[in-house]
Amino acid sequence: MNKARSNPLNTYAMHGALILYTLIALFPVFVILINSFKSRKAIFREPLALPDAESFSMIGYQTVMKQGDFFLYFQNSLIVTVASLALVLLFGAMAAYALSEYRFRGNTLMGLYLALGIMIPIRIGTVAILEMMVASGLVNTLWALILVYTAQGLPLAVFILSEFMKQVSDDLKNAGRIDGLSEYTIFFRLVLPLVRPAMATVAVFNMIPIWNDLWFPLILAPAEETKTLTLGSQVFIGQFVTDWNAVLSALSMAILPVLILYVIFSRQLIRGITSGAVK
Amino acid sequence: MSRPLQTGKAIHANDVSAFAQDINEASRLETGKSVQKHASRRRPRLHIAVFLAPAVLIYTAVMIFPLANTLRLALYSRIDQERVFTGLANFQTLFFDPIWSEQFWNALGNNFWFFLVHMLVQNPIGIALAAILSHPRLRFAALYRSAIFIPTILSFVIVGFAWKLILSPIWGIAPSMLDAVGLKSLFAPWLGKEEYALTTLALISVWQFIGIPMMLIYAALLSIPEEILEAGEVDGITGMGAFWKIKLPLILPSIGIISILTFVGNFNAFDLIYASQGALAGPDFSTDILGTFMYRTFFGFQLQLGDPHMGSAIAGAMFAIILLGVCIYLFGVQTRMRRYQL
Repeated sequence: MNKARSNPLNTYAMHGALILYTLIALFPVFVILINSFKSRKAIFREPLALPDAESFSMIGYQTVMKQGDFFLYFQNSLIVTVASLALVLLFGAMAAYALSEYRFRGNTLMGLYLALGIMIPIRIGTVAILEMMVASGLVNTLWALILVYTAQGLPLAVFILSEFMKQVSDDLKNAGRIDGLSEYTIFFRLVLPLVRPAMATVAVFNMIPIWNDLWFPLILAPAEETKTLTLGSQVFIGQFVTDWNAVLSALSMAILPVLILYVIFSRQLIRGITSGAVK
Repeated sequence: MSRPLQTGKAIHANDVSAFAQDINEASRLETGKSVQKHASRRRPRLHIAVFLAPAVLIYTAVMIFPLANTLRLALYSRIDQERVFTGLANFQTLFFDPIWSEQFWNALGNNFWFFLVHMLVQNPIGIALAAILSHPRLRFAALYRSAIFIPTILSFVIVGFAWKLILSPIWGIAPSMLDAVGLKSLFAPWLGKEEYALTTLALISVWQFIGIPMMLIYAALLSIPEEILEAGEVDGITGMGAFWKIKLPLILPSIGIISILTFVGNFNAFDLIYASQGALAGPDFSTDILGTFMYRTFFGFQLQLGDPHMGSAIAGAMFAIILLGVCIYLFGVQTRMRRYQL
């Protein structure tokens, strides 16, 4: 085919560059993970060696299990992320459907209003958000976080989903109308299943920032029972900063769930990002 | 060379699609109208409100209203336990009071440097990686892509601490690795030195987020039709030439989007600096950016009490900066960029 575009030397150079960068990208993660399984002495003597029978130690993990409530943190993170994603997807899809399907006065204006939040970060409103959450008694509850992340995710969700909903065939919806389906049934039964790939894209875009956020958990829900995994590991590491075993193990425990999820979902994630959602 | 051909095709394609759209529109209007009319007699179009309400309510209550309220709070001060309207006094303090303005300009300057490092390092490397990855017959492309994206999915806390440990002179990974290539003399405790700390953190952030420009540019490169590249080949443009002369102009809009995303992301960054250097953004505020400055002002630290009104004033300044950047992009860059119809 296009022989002009490939010669062996170039291929080696390309692989060389990619391997080099892959090593740079993975090296810190690798170092943290292997050292978390070593005894304190081995961590300092041979930081780059793999743990062997002599240097293997789980002491760091034991400290973490004893001192920090990582399962609770993990559960909190999971609740917040899943609930926010569900709300963003449901409400975002509903609004996107209204904007893309119906003609009504103020349609364009409403679209622009909802799109404002794509570029303006919600963090700028933190002072008033905290004030509002204090006034409504939601401070130190997971609801505060869920509401904030839902509001933060909606603008982009509406924007992406309405682009996709415009492509759903009108004939299908009209056929449904002629068959006497209500507008709600048409939306939930006919349209939503067809935009599922776009929903996956939106979920992917929102999931990582919500899971990894430190700012809002720190400000809105710093109580012990509502700490997310990100905030929990930050606080734990801050307290145990001289206990290298514990710090490395805590870091590994924060890395592993994300890494496992990523290995499972990386194909969807990358397809979502590259599917041209951002034009 | 290939442009006249391309424009011709574009117009043609445009005409056809516009025509098809017209027909579609007409039929939709017609059927839509009759159905809609029928429906509207039975019930008013309440469903539109139902579909819109939850999103609009949450978005307005939790995002737009607090945003406006924060900007309003910036105009007040707390005097004798009471909230008093003081107009622009907070901004005057922020910009002209020597204690405040020094910190503010320091944070703003640091933020610009932070952004500049991203633009100069993250985006070119991201584009280069995407260009290599998009090569049609590269093997293991999916594997490289997934591996290079891993840092992006990790949280700032993990990234901040992991690099802090690796660069730490106590652990000695960085110095011993430099020693292995004979560059030990170059080592310094980078995160602890005022002159290097900010650049080091910016590079750590680059390391973390390189996956995003890489993926977006990769997607843009894949959408370039093969015919255009083949037309270039026929004219003898291959390899690097094809990249500079054909692909790069075509992906300029994506580069524009990445730049503005980087800008907005950097000017509300906070997590990485907080996780690795603490709220004081040490050493000696040399890594202080607007996000950490706002956090410190709002919540207070050590000897200083938190002041929501000054915090709001800083938020207002951040808002203005981000708005300015977005406007420059929307009106100055995006409208002037030449878009090719593919």
